[in-house]
Amino acid sequence: MGTIKLPRLLIAALIFYVVVTILSLDQVHILNGYFMVIINRSLIFVILAASLNLINGITGQFSLGHMGFAAVGAYVSGTITTLVLKLPAPQPGFWITGPIFIFMIAIVIGGIAAGLVGFLIGFPSLRLKGDYLAIMTLGFGEIIRTILNNIDYVGGPRGLLGIPKFSTFTTITLFTFLIIVLLRNLVQSSHGRAMLSIRENELASELCGIDTTRYKVMGFVIGAFCAGVAGGLLAHLLQLAHPTQYGFLPSALVLIMVYAGGMGSMTGSIFAAFSLTFLTEGLRVAFDNIPSFRIGTMDVRIGTEWVMVIYAILLILIMLFRTEGIMGMREAKLLIIEEKKKK
Amino acid sequence: MSALLSIQGMSHYFGGLKAVSDFTFDVPEGVIYGLIGPNGSGKTTTFNLISGLYTPTTGKIFFQGKEITGHRPFRIVQGGIARTFQNLRIFGNLSVIDNIRVARHYTVKSGLFTSLLRLPSFLQEEADVREDAMQLIRMFHLEDRAHDQAKNLPYGALRRLEIARALATKPKLVLLDEPAAGMNPKETDDLMGLIRRVRDEFKVTVFLIEHHMKLVMNVCERVKVIDFGETIAEGDPKVVGKDPKVLEAYLGKRGAEC
Ligand SMILES: Nc1ncnc2c1ncn2[C@@H]1O[C@H](COP(=O)(O)OP(=O)(O)O)[C@@H](O)[C@H]1O
Ligand SMILES: [Mg+2]
Repeated sequence: MGTIKLPRLLIAALIFYVVVTILSLDQVHILNGYFMVIINRSLIFVILAASLNLINGITGQFSLGHMGFAAVGAYVSGTITTLVLKLPAPQPGFWITGPIFIFMIAIVIGGIAAGLVGFLIGFPSLRLKGDYLAIMTLGFGEIIRTILNNIDYVGGPRGLLGIPKFSTFTTITLFTFLIIVLLRNLVQSSHGRAMLSIRENELASELCGIDTTRYKVMGFVIGAFCAGVAGGLLAHLLQLAHPTQYGFLPSALVLIMVYAGGMGSMTGSIFAAFSLTFLTEGLRVAFDNIPSFRIGTMDVRIGTEWVMVIYAILLILIMLFRTEGIMGMREAKLLIIEEKKKK
Repeated sequence: MSALLSIQGMSHYFGGLKAVSDFTFDVPEGVIYGLIGPNGSGKTTTFNLISGLYTPTTGKIFFQGKEITGHRPFRIVQGGIARTFQNLRIFGNLSVIDNIRVARHYTVKSGLFTSLLRLPSFLQEEADVREDAMQLIRMFHLEDRAHDQAKNLPYGALRRLEIARALATKPKLVLLDEPAAGMNPKETDDLMGLIRRVRDEFKVTVFLIEHHMKLVMNVCERVKVIDFGETIAEGDPKVVGKDPKVLEAYLGKRGAEC
């Protein structure tokens, strides 16, 4: 009576935030800076995987260049904070101050820019039946890299350097939480059901009065927007944006996360984003420590690029033994909004 | 009675094959109209033309006096023509209630932002949509399975779900493509009763395809018989049922399969 009932998802996010923050305090020092970078990176990949899941898993389309939209977000927001406004590096602390607020607006603008680019790519290719989106997004991923390589203003092949480190555990958690809530609310609305019906049977969806082109484009643009936000956060975490960060391989990694988690399951995307980001880091360290050896006359060095080989094997194993991914299409209770069932 | 649907000189070719040949007919408002003919005679193609999946090679389609030839399928549905499919097209991984709510979607007013923020008006509308869907579900005796994935339902229930889903688009005309296909005689009987109820309670016009002569003659108030894309007869089922050409198409060498 009279108590405010917080939504379970908010409670879970708050607990996660408080626990990680306490563990990372200098006095406690269980999670050091290195771990925090991986956690932050995981959270950013949660956004990337969950938003690609909206396109590939919920709406049933096939995008191969999700990282291209992250590049747009990274460069647009990085340009605003670093080159245009020349914001100083923020003071460490928990509070959202003026520059941090401006940074958050820049991130959203980066997302909107990615969404616009998503519209330019999605509208022509999603109007046609067939795999045009896969081809277009694959091409887009390469084109954006070439373009970024050739714009001197944003550093060309050297990349955009000296981006202030605005992405903190706090700001990243905030954005990730908001985007997960946004995606959850979308999927569990009439608009989301329209998208799901396209995945299930596009023709039947159209003949239920759904403007399928509109909803495919809508899902794609929202997904691109989220990827743009994630790209902006990543740039302000790593303090640089580089054309090679957003090529085909990182896009494939996000795709593997969506498949491994279960196409259509946001819970699965979140879980896979965390586990695979940690796995990537673990493998990177492990591979770096393997000394080179000789097979016959050949010098073999197992470098970090072998991480992708592991993922390819992982993907094959998933396709062979658990085609529906970890979660299938199921969602954790935390992500399901209860509907009042009237008798 | 005025014509709800009016087809004028409609033909359709698949390459060299003339699947529909110069159809001209009216479906009057409020009737149960039957299109019958042996397999491969062009019935489904006729429905595909009316629902906008194909554009007729020649001819025109009018609905409520307005031409709809060449309109996109979802626009035709929104204009008031819903349909079911001969081979079921269910949203298998969605629940029964969600199958129906998808069909109700285009009448939903809550915009994207209202929905994302789950504003009170959105919640109210969701509750209304849920109640509407449950009403249909009860009418089609699916209430026990309302929250199950549709793909787990038995065949007869899926046939009913498709009709319920078509009605959720609030149509004025429903096209039912072989609604009794795969049903046993008892289910077929129940279905005929249901089709009459649908017409009376939803005030819709029903246009159905069948190749079972008996079902058509029982439930339809007007029929059109076709074979090889050609019209053989049209009119009162009692009269048409005695037409020698119709009897030949049905009792001739291909009669056995009907
Ligand atoms: N998409 C298509 N492409 C080529 N031929 C088709 C196509 N659809 C139907 N046909 C042919 O058109 C004729 C009529 O088919 P259909 O309308 O499905 O018959 P019915 O529903 O009366 O059994 C058949 O000969 C069929 O093989
Ligand atoms: Mg047919």
